[in-house]
Amino acid sequence: MEAFVFFVSAAIILAGALGVIVMRNPVHAALSLVMTLFGVAVLFINLEAYFLAAVQVIVYAGAIVVLFLFVIMLVGVDRAEDLRTEPIIRQRELALLAGAGLLAIAVIVGVASGGDVTGVPAQGDPEAADLAIDRAVEVSGDFDGDGDEETITEAPEPNVRRLGRALFTDYVFAFEITAILLTIAVVGAVVMARRPEGELQPLPEVEPPWVLRPDLDPDPHAEVAPDPGAVEPEPDPEPDEAPAAADGEPTT
Amino acid sequence: MILAITITPGYYLALSALLFTAGAVGLLVRRNPLVMFMCVELMLNAVNISFVSFGDAMTDLGGQVSVFFVLVVAAAEVVIGLALVVAIMRRQPRATADDIAVMRG
Repeated sequence: MEAFVFFVSAAIILAGALGVIVMRNPVHAALSLVMTLFGVAVLFINLEAYFLAAVQVIVYAGAIVVLFLFVIMLVGVDRAEDLRTEPIIRQRELALLAGAGLLAIAVIVGVASGGDVTGVPAQGDPEAADLAIDRAVEVSGDFDGDGDEETITEAPEPNVRRLGRALFTDYVFAFEITAILLTIAVVGAVVMARRPEGELQPLPEVEPPWVLRPDLDPDPHAEVAPDPGAVEPEPDPEPDEAPAAADGEPTT
Repeated sequence: MILAITITPGYYLALSALLFTAGAVGLLVRRNPLVMFMCVELMLNAVNISFVSFGDAMTDLGGQVSVFFVLVVAAAEVVIGLALVVAIMRRQPRATADDIAVMRG
C-alpha cells in the first residue's frame, strides 16, 4: 500500500513539476505547483509526518500559492510567455545539460554510497532517544494519562506532540529566530512594495549586448530589442551562424 | 506487482533528485520572475522530501524539524521576492528576468 501511494504521488509530483516548467501562462504554472505541493503532502503522510503534511497544505498550497496568484493578478502578468524566444544563446540546451549533470551527480552520490545513504540509525544512540520517532518518549508526567510503560508496539506519542516538544525545547532558540526573520520579511515587503513619493521613473533601458540575438526572434519583444548595430560594441564576426551559436557562450 | 515493492529511502531520494532537477532546469529556462520563484519552491520541496525521508530512515525527528524551518524560510523568501517583483513590475510592466540587469551594482 505504501508503494502504491508512493508511486501515484510521485507521478503527481513530477507531472506538476513539469507543468510548472512548460506552462506558458503563469496562472497555469501556479496551479501545477499546487498539484506538486499536494503530492508532497501525501508523501509526508506516507512518511508519518502528519503535522508537516497539514502545514504543507495550509502554508504552501493555502498561503504561498495564493500569494503567487495575488501578485500575478496584481501586476498583470497573466499573459502567456513566449517560450519560443531565446535571448541567451543556447540557453535552453545549456539548462537541460546542467539539469542532466545535476541529476547525474545525485545518482552518482546515491550509487557511490552503496545504497546506504542514510547512515547509521539512531536507535543505539542514547542521546537521540528524546528525538526518536518511533519510540514513545519516557516522560514522567502523566499529562496524557497512559503511564510510562508504552512501547513501540503500543501507540506512540502523536507526531504533533513530539514535534512540538522538539521545537520548544531543543530548537527553541532557532524557533525564536524565525520569529525575527518573519518580522523582518514583513517589514521589508512593506517597504519595498510601498508606492514611493512622486512620479515613478521607468527603469533605464539597459541592453546587455551579450545576451540579445535580435536575428532570431520576430516577436513582440523585438521592439525592446535594439538593433544589432547600435548595441554590439564588439560585433562578433560570425560568418556562419551555427558555429557561433555552438561555441560562443561567455556569460553562463 | 507494484504493491510488492518495499519503498526504501532510496526511492524517496530518487524522487527528490528528480524534483530538484526539474526545479533547477525550470529556474534556468524560464524568464518570468514569478515562474522562477515557483521553480525555487519546487527545489525547496525536493529538499523537504529528502529531509523527511532521512528522518524517517534514521528514526530521528530532526528531519521534520528542519522541514519546519525550511517552510518558514520559504515563506519569508516568497514574501520578499514577490515584493521585489511588484516593485519592479510597477516601473516596467513587462519586465522579464533579463531586464532586471539594471539592479546589479
